[in-house]
Amino acid sequence: MTPRRKLAFLALALYVTTLAVPAAIAATLYAGLAAQEREVLRQVAAERLPMLLLVAASALFACVGAARWLIGAYVLPLRRLTEQVRVLLGANEQLELASAGAREVAELSAAVNRLAADRRRLRQDAEALAREARERLEEERNRLAALMSELAQGVLVCNAEGRILLYNEQARALLTAGGREALIGLGRSVFGVIDREQVAHALERLRRALERGEQPAPARFVTATPAGRLLKAQAAPVASDGVVAGIVMTLDDVTGILDREAQRLGLLQALAAGVRSPVANLRAAAENLAAYPDMEAARRSRFVDIVAAESRTLSQSLNDALREYADALKASLTLEDMRAADLLGVARRRLESSVGVTVDAGAIDESLWLRVDSFAMIQAFGFLCGKLREEYGVRGVRFSAAARERFVQLDLAWSGAIVASDALALWETQPMHAGGQQTALSLREVLGRHGAEAWLERTGPGGERSGVLRFLLPAGEPVAPPARPARPAESRPEYYDFDLFRYAEQASELGERRLSALSYTVFDTETTGLEPSAGDEIISIGAVRIVNGRLLKGEVFERLVNPRRPLNRESARVHGIEAETLAAEPGIEAVLPAFHRFCEDAVLVAHNAAFDMRFLELKEAATGVRFTQPVLDTLLLSAALHPSQEDQRLEAIAERLGVRLIGRHTALGDALLEAEIFLRLLPLLEERGIVTLGQALEASRQTYYSRLRY
Amino acid sequence: MTKKVLIVDDEENIVTALEFLLQRSGYETRVARNGDEALSEVASFAPDLVLLDVMMPRRSGYEVCQRVRAHPEWQRIKIVMLSAKGRDVEVSKGVSLGADLYVTKPFSNAELVAKIDALLGGGRAGGQ
Repeated sequence: MTPRRKLAFLALALYVTTLAVPAAIAATLYAGLAAQEREVLRQVAAERLPMLLLVAASALFACVGAARWLIGAYVLPLRRLTEQVRVLLGANEQLELASAGAREVAELSAAVNRLAADRRRLRQDAEALAREARERLEEERNRLAALMSELAQGVLVCNAEGRILLYNEQARALLTAGGREALIGLGRSVFGVIDREQVAHALERLRRALERGEQPAPARFVTATPAGRLLKAQAAPVASDGVVAGIVMTLDDVTGILDREAQRLGLLQALAAGVRSPVANLRAAAENLAAYPDMEAARRSRFVDIVAAESRTLSQSLNDALREYADALKASLTLEDMRAADLLGVARRRLESSVGVTVDAGAIDESLWLRVDSFAMIQAFGFLCGKLREEYGVRGVRFSAAARERFVQLDLAWSGAIVASDALALWETQPMHAGGQQTALSLREVLGRHGAEAWLERTGPGGERSGVLRFLLPAGEPVAPPARPARPAESRPEYYDFDLFRYAEQASELGERRLSALSYTVFDTETTGLEPSAGDEIISIGAVRIVNGRLLKGEVFERLVNPRRPLNRESARVHGIEAETLAAEPGIEAVLPAFHRFCEDAVLVAHNAAFDMRFLELKEAATGVRFTQPVLDTLLLSAALHPSQEDQRLEAIAERLGVRLIGRHTALGDALLEAEIFLRLLPLLEERGIVTLGQALEASRQTYYSRLRY
Repeated sequence: MTKKVLIVDDEENIVTALEFLLQRSGYETRVARNGDEALSEVASFAPDLVLLDVMMPRRSGYEVCQRVRAHPEWQRIKIVMLSAKGRDVEVSKGVSLGADLYVTKPFSNAELVAKIDALLGGGRAGGQ
C-alpha cells in the first residue's frame, strides 16, 4: 500500500470511529423520546445544522491530522529502518542507522545500531582468529620446508596413484642430476623419475603388511636414476583408515657406497676363488715333500716344479683380482629380512598376473624368515616360471619352504615336464626378463649376491613327469613390527594434510573433470615475426605450471631457441633479444621435445592460443613431437565472460582483473601473467556455471564463432 | 683288500699330489679329469671312495654326486667333495646332494688322509 493510500485509509477509519460514537449515543437517546419530544429535537437540530456541520468538518480535519502524524512518526521511519537494516545485512555493515520519527522508533534504531556494532566486533574477532590460525599454519609449513631443506636425504611424498605431493630440493637434485629435463614436480607422476615396478612393489608390500594388521616396516629398494646414479629408497606408508593413501620416500645416493661394497665383495670372492686352488696345490705338494723325504728324485723335482708353478699362479691371480676390482662398478642388492610367506605371497600375485602361471603357495610356515632382495628374487621366480611355461608348457607351480640349518630351503615344484639340468645351467647365465621387464642381472648373479644356491632336485625313482627346483636362501632374523606410535593414526601432523591426497584420479573423461582439479601448463612463445606460415620461427618458450589451483613459480620452463634466420627488426624491438645471443642456443628440434615432456599430463593454456599452437603444429614434422592435450585460451575465456568489452589484449584483461603487469615481453614473464589471469578467471567462470573442462572448451568455441562473425 | 679311491679333478698339480699321497697311504687310486670320465670310472673301477672336485668342465662335482647317489648299486660309495668354494651355502648344497664330507681347499694332507681313513673304517691294507 502506498503511503498516500495508507494515509487516506487511516484518516477515514479515524473519522468514521470519531463520528460513530456521538451518532450512536444520539440514535439511542432519540429512540427513547416521545413523538413530541422528537419533533422538538428535530427542530433544534435543524436550527443548529451549520454548527453541527462545522463540528463534523473540524473532526474530519483532526482525524486527517492524527493519521498524518501517525504515519510520519511510525510507519515511514519503520519502513526506512527496515531498508537500512537490509543494507546493513547485505552490503555495508558499517552503515549507521539514522534516528528519525517517534521516540520508540528512534530507540529501536539505536538498539539496532548497537546490535550491528556487536556483530562487527564479533566478525572482526573471528577474522582475527582465522588469520592467526592461517599464520600459524603458514609458519608450520615454512618450518617444515626449512627442516626438509636441512635434511641431507631427499624426501618425496606421493599419493597412492604416484602423484608427487611434496619433495625437497635434495630429492630434486638426486633424481634429476645430469639427467633429462627436470620432471619432478607437484602433481606430476613419480613414475617419471623412479621405476614404476619398484614403487608398485613397495606399495604392494606395505599394503600387505597393513592387511595383516601390522604397522608396516619401511620397504627398501635400490633404484637407478636416468643419469646412472644409484639411490637407496626407503618407503613408508601414509596410512589412512587402514589403507595406503600414499608413501613417504627418503632417498640416499649410494652410488659410491655400493660401488665400494661391491668392490670389496668382488675382491673377496675373486681372492677366495682364485687363491684357494693354488694354495691347495702348493700345500699338498709341500706337505708331500716334507712327509716323504725318501721319495725318488724324479718325483721330488716334479713337486718342486709344482711349488714354483703354483706360486706364480698365486701371484698372478692376486694381481688379477686386485686390478679387476680396483675400479669395477657393480650394482649391489639390498638384502632385508622378510617372512618367506610374505615373499611368496607377493610372488604369487606377480606370477599369476604377469607370467600367467597358477601358483599354489600352500601353507608357508609363518616363522620362516629370509634375508633377500625381494624385488630381485621375485624377478628371478618370474624369469624361471616364464621359462618353464614357454619351454615346457608348465601352467602351474607349487611353492613350499622349510628351515635347513642357517638356510631356508625353498622348493619350486611343478608337474607335467622333466627339465634337464643343462637347461637350468643355460638359464642361470642369461640376463633375466619376465613379464616384459628386463634386468641386466642373471639368475646366477642374483643367487651369488644372496649367497644362495639353486639346483634341480631329483624326483622319485618312478620318474614321473615332474620337477623340483630347490633354492637354499639365507635365513633372516625375525623383525618385530615397529611399535605403534602413541598417537592415533588419524591425528597426523598438519603438514601431511595435503589437498592432493584427496585428488583421486577419476575415471571420468578429461572433459568432465572440474577445472579446479586439473593440472595446467601456461605457456607463451616469442617469435621472429607474426607469420608462422611465411617462415617465422620461435625464439623462446616460457611456461609455468598450475596444480590444484596453485601457481607453482618454482616449476618453470624457460628456453631460448636458435631460429636459424635473421630477426625481424620490429619484433626484436618487442622482445629485445639479440641475434648473437640466439646463435649459441639449441635449435627447436632440441627444445620442443623437452617442452613436450614438461607439458605431460597437463592442459595447455595460452593467450590467443591459436597463434602459439600454429607455430608448434608447423614443427610437428621436423621434431616428431605432437601436442595432443586440450588447449584453453585466456583471450576466448575472457571474451566469454565479458563479451561487451572490446579490448581483449593481455594488458586490458590484466587491468580489469587487477593483475599487476610486470616482466612483460619475455616468454616466461608473459606466461606468468597469463597464469595469474587464468587463475582469476576460474572463479568467475564458475559463477557462470562453467565448471568442467568440457564446458570451458564449449564456451570458448561459441565465443570464437561469435567473434568471427563480427 | 686294498681300498680304492677315485680322484676326480681337472687340475694336474693337485691330482699329482693327491695320487702320490694316497698311494703312499696305502690306497689304490685312479684319476678322472672331468664329470663324464668320473661317472664311467665309477662304473668300471668301482671305487670305495670318490674324491670329487666341485668345479670341473662337463658336469660339475655336484651333478656327479647327485648321479652317483641316484644309482641304487652305488649307495655304498663314499663321496668326499673337494672345493675351492668354501661358503656355507656350497657346503650345505654338497651335503644335501649326498656327499659324506665336504673339504674346502686348501687342506692338510694328514687331515685329509685321516678323514678318508675314518670314512673307510680304517680298514686299509698294506702301506706304511
